Amino acid sequence: MKLDPKVPSGPLESKWSNYLRDVKLVSPNNKRKYKIIVVGTGLAGASAAASLAELGYEVETFTILDSARRAHSIAAQGGINAAKNYQNDGDSVWRLFYDTIKGGDYRSREANVYRLAENSNRIIDQAVAQGVPFGREYGGLLDNRSFGGAQVSRTFYSRGQTGQQLLLGAYQAMMRMVHTGKIKSYTRHEMLDLVVVDGVARGIITRDLVSGEIKRHEAHAVVLCTGGYGNVFYLSTNAKNSNVTAAWRCHKRGATFANPCFVQIHPTCIPVSGDYQSKLTLMSESLRNDGRVWVPRKKNDDRHPNDIPEDERYYYLEERYPSFGNLVPRDVASRNAKLVTDEGLGVGDSGLAVYLDFRDAIKRDGEETIRARYGNLFDMYENISDENPYKQPMRIFPAVHYTMGGLWVDYDLMSNIPGLFVAGEANFSDHGANRLGASALMQGLSDGYFIIPYTMGSYLADADLPNVDTDHDAFKEAADDSKNQLDRLLNINGNKTVIEFHRELGKIMWDKVGISRSKEGLEEAISEIRALREDFWQNVRVPGEANYYNKYLEFAARVADYFELAELMAIDAIDRGESCGCHLRDEYQTEEGEAIRNDKDFAFVSAYEYLGVNGKLETKLHKEDLNFEFVELKQRSYK
Amino acid sequence: MSTMTINLKVWRQKNTADSGGFQDYKLNGVSEHMSFLEMLDVLNEQLIKEGKDPVEFDHDCREGICGSCNMVINGRAHGPKRLTAACQLHMREYSDGDTIVIEPPRAKAFPIIRDLVVDRSAFDRIIEAGGYVSVKTGAAPEANLIPVEQDVSNTAFDYATCIGCGACVAACPNSSASLFTGAKVAHLNSLPQGEPERKRRTVAMVEQMEKEGFGDCSNYAECEAVCPVGISISSIAKMRKDYVKAVFS
Ligand code: FES
Repeated sequence: MKLDPKVPSGPLESKWSNYLRDVKLVSPNNKRKYKIIVVGTGLAGASAAASLAELGYEVETFTILDSARRAHSIAAQGGINAAKNYQNDGDSVWRLFYDTIKGGDYRSREANVYRLAENSNRIIDQAVAQGVPFGREYGGLLDNRSFGGAQVSRTFYSRGQTGQQLLLGAYQAMMRMVHTGKIKSYTRHEMLDLVVVDGVARGIITRDLVSGEIKRHEAHAVVLCTGGYGNVFYLSTNAKNSNVTAAWRCHKRGATFANPCFVQIHPTCIPVSGDYQSKLTLMSESLRNDGRVWVPRKKNDDRHPNDIPEDERYYYLEERYPSFGNLVPRDVASRNAKLVTDEGLGVGDSGLAVYLDFRDAIKRDGEETIRARYGNLFDMYENISDENPYKQPMRIFPAVHYTMGGLWVDYDLMSNIPGLFVAGEANFSDHGANRLGASALMQGLSDGYFIIPYTMGSYLADADLPNVDTDHDAFKEAADDSKNQLDRLLNINGNKTVIEFHRELGKIMWDKVGISRSKEGLEEAISEIRALREDFWQNVRVPGEANYYNKYLEFAARVADYFELAELMAIDAIDRGESCGCHLRDEYQTEEGEAIRNDKDFAFVSAYEYLGVNGKLETKLHKEDLNFEFVELKQRSYK
Repeated sequence: MSTMTINLKVWRQKNTADSGGFQDYKLNGVSEHMSFLEMLDVLNEQLIKEGKDPVEFDHDCREGICGSCNMVINGRAHGPKRLTAACQLHMREYSDGDTIVIEPPRAKAFPIIRDLVVDRSAFDRIIEAGGYVSVKTGAAPEANLIPVEQDVSNTAFDYATCIGCGACVAACPNSSASLFTGAKVAHLNSLPQGEPERKRRTVAMVEQMEKEGFGDCSNYAECEAVCPVGISISSIAKMRKDYVKAVFS
């Protein structure tokens, strides 16, 4: 298998415009003859579905939730980047591109990232026209803020709910097309398989989550927008229904999975409070603009934080990174939190937390100013922890937040299976080994509004797609597979619940495939994952039946896929013998604990082909070399 | 850490046709730090181990933003705490030995699917009828072309924060969806971008709301009291005003 990224030739600035100049078009009369399935209706899916339907294609959308409006994109707090340069502070498409590719530690494709930066401005135009209420200045023009350590103010925001407002914009655009009849929307439907006919994606199998019915849907192309796989860790900031199943089933049908080990761990989350913990809540990293991170210098110091004198506090980020201090990038902040807690300096009942202290900011600026800046976040913290952050430091700890890896796609956002497109967090494309703040929303919408609609035309104009119907053997086989798997899960009737298995898997992943990784730990993780997977298939207890609404059956099938993905993540983390972005290998760091990236041997995308699971996961690694023609590779340094 | 014993009375219903009824459960070892939904998770783990069907309830983000959760707790949508969705509620609101009654939001337009899970697709159809600005992808003018007064933008935002959970319907003695519909009408009708379709949008959405079988608004304001994000009933006044203007002009 040869993975051809199909990047257009020419200078970086004109690749996309050349592509658009030359792209084949489907005539308006022909568009209505094509049916396109869009799976997942978050930012990428809803925007792609609306845009494709506006062009005249027949679109069918699928979501596991009861409405497209609830997709996990809704939870994004911070904002969305765009290179508008409204602040006249020197921003440009080039600079946004450069920051993104550098932030990703040079493990993404130049051409894709440049196109993302180019599209950023149109996204803001589109959202404003839809009525998305962005923050504005007194003069009525759009406001920006600086985010995630960027040196320019390019982040547009809707208070702390930017994801919600952008999703509602895309959802409303989608519902408008549902009204015209160009989109048929299926809610509470879960994709269980991809149907590939003669090597081409031609449909999907779903389960109607209300009736349990297994259904077959044919189409001319499938667009997968099903988000990331952070929930493999059990605890993450992802919503409870976010899962990898649709993407993983595509992988099992031949789509290569790229950079699975690239997982972003967000430094400012509310720590775990007990065994029953079901998910983690993120607080915007803007808190680090004014909060100071510290732990007691003394181990097991059980004094109240307010009673610990200044010289016994270890402001470890400020000491270790004097120029960036508390504003180091997410991965550096997370890694250091783990280091100090590993040293036994952590705080709280579990010892798995550090302080984020606003005492000095309140002294300097006054409580009112701090309330105006962070009031919502402080309230949220108090509601969850029952502690008042105006009076005592917050306790925070890193949590899994975003997965940069995903299904491999070429410049057209098409996987190696013709006709299967992948957009948003579900693909691997734009963030390399680490995603910058305020760029997830940008990517989802760039893919959906401004890339897929063109590249889809390019594919369909050239594709030879004979009629297939759902009686085809490939549909029957895939539908039977889905049904059999559910029956198998229901019939095990063991003694451990799905959640118990998932929690155990998550612990292995967090301890050994989490913030820092070593070859030894990863190898242990692989054997533990295999043993637990075996146990799962012998001992899991799934309640109820398949022919009605049964959430734990849904969970069981998703956890079954996590067990396979988990092993792939560990394999990839071993294969990648360097530290880059969020991937830190203990063996590849300086004495001071700084990552050592290895561009000579690892400037490539790892794309894995699925060969089967037989006790162990059989997989084959393919490499897409990353050629940097336009930027010079530099070591990140935040010292 | 001390734990509590909680008595639960939970609505169980197999499907839409089933008549359903309350079931009693006793749950030991409940920590005050648990979220309300985590308490239900613990109940479900116990039921599964006993070979019984777990309680079905909708949930996703568990941080009050997606609008999935919508159970009625001791007669109040989302439970006792103001401006708090059920998923943001913690067990510290309760004491050892308390009895908690949990049921689905009840409304003709929200048929029960199973246990606490209801079908809220009527809300989608109300948005479908007109809850958008008709702007095709690519057709948008430059974002700063139309300045929007900061106050106007803030007001629009306040209405736009509706999470579509349906608590307003559950709380309303008439099962009206006026707060939900009003919030979207008021959001879009406040903005210059929404102006060209103001009349059509308002009429279409109001008519769809009636068609779905939601009741009228009689100004009880129960909806505002339970709304987890604090949507104001001024949205309903705005919707009415715009409706009257649209119909009689
Ligand atoms: S689960 Fe999302 S609002 Fe409650």
